[in-house]
Amino acid sequence: MSSAMLELILEATLDTLYMVAISGVISALVGIPLGVLLYVTRPGQVLAQPVLSGVLGIVTNIGRSIPFIILMVAIIPFTRMLVGTSIGTNAAAVPLTIAAIPFIARLVEGALNEINPGLVEAAQSMGATPWQIILKVLLPEARGGIFTALTVTIVTLVSYSAMAGAVGGGGLGDLGIRYGYNRFNPTIMLITVAILVVMVQGFQSLGDYLVRKSDHK
Amino acid sequence: MIRLDNVSKTYVLKGRQGGIARTVPALKHVDFHVPAGQIHGVIGLSGAGKSTLIRCVNLLERPTTGTVTVDGRELTGLSRQALNQARHGMGMIFQHFNLLTNRTVFANVALPLELMGMPRAEIRSRITPLLELVGLADKASQYPAQLSGGQKQRVAIARALASRPKVLLCDEATSALDPQTTGSILALLRDINHKLGLTILLITHEMEVVKSICHRVSLISDGELVEEADVGDFFTAPKTRLGREFLNDFLKLEPPRALIERLEEAPGHNTHPVVRLAFRGDAVAAPLVSRLARECGVDVSILQAKVESIQERTLGLMIAELMGPAEKTREALDYLESHDLQVEVLGHVQRDA
Repeated sequence: MSSAMLELILEATLDTLYMVAISGVISALVGIPLGVLLYVTRPGQVLAQPVLSGVLGIVTNIGRSIPFIILMVAIIPFTRMLVGTSIGTNAAAVPLTIAAIPFIARLVEGALNEINPGLVEAAQSMGATPWQIILKVLLPEARGGIFTALTVTIVTLVSYSAMAGAVGGGGLGDLGIRYGYNRFNPTIMLITVAILVVMVQGFQSLGDYLVRKSDHK
Repeated sequence: MIRLDNVSKTYVLKGRQGGIARTVPALKHVDFHVPAGQIHGVIGLSGAGKSTLIRCVNLLERPTTGTVTVDGRELTGLSRQALNQARHGMGMIFQHFNLLTNRTVFANVALPLELMGMPRAEIRSRITPLLELVGLADKASQYPAQLSGGQKQRVAIARALASRPKVLLCDEATSALDPQTTGSILALLRDINHKLGLTILLITHEMEVVKSICHRVSLISDGELVEEADVGDFFTAPKTRLGREFLNDFLKLEPPRALIERLEEAPGHNTHPVVRLAFRGDAVAAPLVSRLARECGVDVSILQAKVESIQERTLGLMIAELMGPAEKTREALDYLESHDLQVEVLGHVQRDA
């Protein structure tokens, strides 16, 4: 294989990592608080706000129900407004982030749901404020579940970022489609798939390790 | 120290029936007072309202009506913020311990102090003696998952005491523990009550708990406090039927099954009364049975007997069949009653032919 080809593969790999990193970090920063909000505003929870909870739930469901490929195209004007272009890795990171936010939020909500309500009750009996309950009880107790949620999200982002290749997003998916699929180059196709597999394995192992380290259940 | 005035709690159920919201009363007009330094037990069957009652004391459940006063402060009238402040003065322990799984023993005990905003150094100096008090000084850096049930409850006790509360609420604190561990936890609670002068309110369904550490006991049934007494009195002479049921169940003093089947409610032509006798104080020491035989001329067949000591008091219980002619057995019953015995006629059995 030519060194130009190798360079192309390396560049595509870094592009994929870049897109996953950007969208992963931003969606975690937004998605985790949103997941907490979804949980604590439920009826009977520490900041019960049934109306807000209902609205947030609907918005989250809408976000989750739009197929990624459609979302990507549909928000092109928004993407352009945000990053000034609708092609390239930065442009692909926008729909990836938008899609990942409700995804993480629901997973985090689920992780919080696993917490024994008795722990919240115990904290309340000690005079904890809702804010203290979130910071000192809910988030630390759901730490393992949140790491699991982030791992699932990152892995999903790796595969979604490959889809972004279809609209000129760059990265391994883009490379696979253009060189492997369109030009019938099975070697390139196999290499991109192999790199994606290794990447997913790597993220999953790292995630599992963090979950094990952080959870003392 | 703890005072509940006319406290009622009604739960509104989801869904309506005939256009009206369905409600379930959990507590009905409860008046209740625990003086400082006392260990007060509330006993009742499950679903009687025990949990609701204890949760109303620190307002984990807000009463529908009535007022709750702890240490002279009316909690029901406080703002959220002031209530959180007041809760620092009340510790609570739970049936399932409710320790944070991702915090070490030390950090679990530190939690209430962190919530109060205490500086780290001060927290450290306060926790070490607490862990020593509950006998877990060597477990400070372990996680709850590594501890046994009894150890977890000890951590929970240390945590509840960390803010130096005046009141400790125990919600079925020993119900998930084996009898031996229960004993050691109760001993610890008694010790704390003694050393720190802490007022303890506990709810339980176990008479053993009431018997071994409570000073006073309330009996709750269907959301109402039906009986309240000193523990010694409650165990010797419960005033309500439910109280007697609890006691009999605890003492396991029931006539043999074969006899129960033969028991008839009304005396017949040829029957003997079967009685339950409870005697305390001096009566325990007196040779009543042999006197009965001598002075009333009836024979006494003892079916079951037990002597229990309940907080420096002795309680004797006996189930016996009084054998003799009807007028003699009547005389015997009068004799027993005149000697300060509590006599309950359980029924009558046919004389063996």
